[in-house]
Amino acid sequence: MISLAGRDILHGWGKFVLTGLGLGLLIGVTLSMAGIYRGMVDDAHALLDNSGADLWVVQQDTQGPYAESSSLKDDVVRSVRGMPGVGRAANVSYLTMQVRGEDGQDVRAMVVGFESDTEAPPGSPVHLVAGRHITRSHYEAVADVKTGFVLGERIRIRRHDYTVVGLARRMVSSGGDPMVFVPLKDAQEAQFLKDNDAIVNDRARTAANPAFNRPGQPGLLEAVQALQTSSHSVNAVLVRLAPGAAPDEVAAELRRWKHVAVFTRAEMEGILVAKLIANSAKQIGMFLVILSVVSAAIVAFIIYTMTMGKLREIAVLKLIGTHNRTIAGMILQQALGLGLIGFVVGKVAATLWAPFFPKYVLLLQRDALTGLGVTMGICALASTVAIRAALRVDPGAAIG
Amino acid sequence: MKHTQQGRVAWGRRLALGVVALAVIGGIAFVMVRSGPLAPTKVTVVQVRQGTVQPAVFGMGTVEARRSWMVGPTVASRVLRVVVDVGDVVQAGQLLAEMDPVDLDQRLAALDASLARARSAQVAAQAQVQDATARQQLSAGNLHRNEDLARQQFISSGALEGRQQELASANAALQAAQANASAAAQDAQRLGAERAGLVQQRGSLSLRAPAAGVVTTREAEPGTTVVAGQAVLRLVDPASLWIKTRIDQGRAAGLAVGQPAQVVLRSQPGQAHAATVARLELLADTVTEERLAQVAFAAPPPGVSVGELAEVTVQLPATPKGLVLPNAAVQRNGGQAGVWRLGGDGKPAWVPVTLGASGLDGAVQVHRADERAALAEGDRVVQHSQKPVHAGMRLQVVEALVPGGSETGAEK
Repeated sequence: MISLAGRDILHGWGKFVLTGLGLGLLIGVTLSMAGIYRGMVDDAHALLDNSGADLWVVQQDTQGPYAESSSLKDDVVRSVRGMPGVGRAANVSYLTMQVRGEDGQDVRAMVVGFESDTEAPPGSPVHLVAGRHITRSHYEAVADVKTGFVLGERIRIRRHDYTVVGLARRMVSSGGDPMVFVPLKDAQEAQFLKDNDAIVNDRARTAANPAFNRPGQPGLLEAVQALQTSSHSVNAVLVRLAPGAAPDEVAAELRRWKHVAVFTRAEMEGILVAKLIANSAKQIGMFLVILSVVSAAIVAFIIYTMTMGKLREIAVLKLIGTHNRTIAGMILQQALGLGLIGFVVGKVAATLWAPFFPKYVLLLQRDALTGLGVTMGICALASTVAIRAALRVDPGAAIG
Repeated sequence: MKHTQQGRVAWGRRLALGVVALAVIGGIAFVMVRSGPLAPTKVTVVQVRQGTVQPAVFGMGTVEARRSWMVGPTVASRVLRVVVDVGDVVQAGQLLAEMDPVDLDQRLAALDASLARARSAQVAAQAQVQDATARQQLSAGNLHRNEDLARQQFISSGALEGRQQELASANAALQAAQANASAAAQDAQRLGAERAGLVQQRGSLSLRAPAAGVVTTREAEPGTTVVAGQAVLRLVDPASLWIKTRIDQGRAAGLAVGQPAQVVLRSQPGQAHAATVARLELLADTVTEERLAQVAFAAPPPGVSVGELAEVTVQLPATPKGLVLPNAAVQRNGGQAGVWRLGGDGKPAWVPVTLGASGLDGAVQVHRADERAALAEGDRVVQHSQKPVHAGMRLQVVEALVPGGSETGAEK
């Protein structure tokens, strides 16, 4: 028993492999698109995982700090620490901004201010891929490798230079921007302090206001101006629960007595995945659906034209008395073979080019297996059209 | 013959296809093992070593003057002239500015006139005293003579009584004149004191340097009215510059007066200046959660400005010898600090530790938290990892995870 499909493929294997390669690249794009979607969701999860928090305490009536802006006084953390069930609590501030590297290039990054003076508080970078953790309470930074900063680089955030002392991995915001960790006080200053020109203008404005610059009351103007430049706000307080504490109960207590909004891990996940990245995810999902449909159509067309190109040979086969089943099997095997080559090429291509995407691309095994099933299904389905056409061929066409 | 040739061609093709298929399978396997799900996690490792840690405390501060003065009037007045400018070096007692005396000079002249008049009045009173004395002496002589005459019965007792009354009147007149004289003296004294007071007041209108220093601000110009206590000029003693340093309370343990420190001024970023902790403030800042320390320069560097930002690093005494690790190797597992130690099979195992002193270079001293799984010198522990490490994970030890990432803070 010789394999008809194998013989046919061997007959024109160059063409077959090239077709499979082209199909594979298309499947690769589809798999990458799925990976981009998974990457977006994973970015959101990574943000939550890396913060190491069980509860997020934010400004009342906001859904901060990621989905909305939230502002709390930085002494709220002390009253939070006093609540039962709270293990550790730490201030954190988030600010998405352009950070300038030594080469003068701007990098879009999320500047995270964390309490670097205590041991591994919630919100701090967890594991590093190079360098060390922050040891000074000012002007040191740990950056995600995606920022492109290197150890020892002096980066500029607002008016101060920071030294990159450590590099971390997969520390990203929900939008996929790499994070730069700096001490909280520096981040507060970067976030809430105005630029020098604005400060000088404000001083002049205050000095021009007779209510603050009265003759006979020296010191009043200075006091008012000092008040204007201080900043004691943070975006959120991250809480790690004491062992055995129930997140919902502690959250309810905090909401009731501290007049803040509190989100548990599950709620925060809901906000991030369902609200923050919902639209972009739907966008990608829509594109993924279209791409899948287009891929399926192209596979169907390829197999159909392949069969159409062999109509004469099929007529000869029929003429010499080959079973219809054998002919159908040949076409189906070829289609499945094409699908398999396409899938393998696609998977390899997607794996190879995934690291070069600017944002994270997560290729899940589950997605790959689904992709394999779908590819094979589409190939089988597409081959039925071709089989129908092949079976309707008149054996007489081989002679005529 | 032809048949075998065909067979050979078919075999050749099969061989070629087989090679291609093997290459493809090999490629897929390579991709899976290198970057797929089967790839081991890449880590860098570091050896636990014996050593000491040089703890240091880092803080930010501003340059301030230990001794500074606000020079201003004691009463509300108008500035008449300011004779020094910002940057001028002044000596103790040097005239800096003068306030407008308004009518003080005229009042002084009036007092002078009053004083002269009081002195004249004093002279007049003295003359009256002399006059009264003469009258009293005359009355006394007359009485003496009349007493002799009365004893010899030459005059009536009524005439004698008249003389006695004259003497009493003369005595009273003398006393009155003497009282007048002393009143005039007191008057002159009062006016003299008043004048001295006015002179003092006049003197206080010239603002003089309380000590040698440098003028830092000139806050009022001639013509400006300032209230009592408001500064016209500010002086600092440039030799007394120090840095008011703010240090995180969480890192301030071990600070003591006299510890050596290094100061880097914002204007001279490459240059460290020697200094010492001169004072630890007993009051800490409750709002910013910072401890305040005053760090004095060994010698104030030239070009330093008051209010300049400075980075202060205070060196604490080195710790005794112990196990030392870079802080990147210390991980948290369920709130407990520890390290991932590589076993003989290359698999990581969790070793809990307690953390000791840490240095600014990232070195941290560790103590054993658990006798059963104690860390020893020479143990290899995971320093950097691509992913969070967990027990029994497959690891691949590499030199560095990112280009140029092999230099660690602890070894620098």
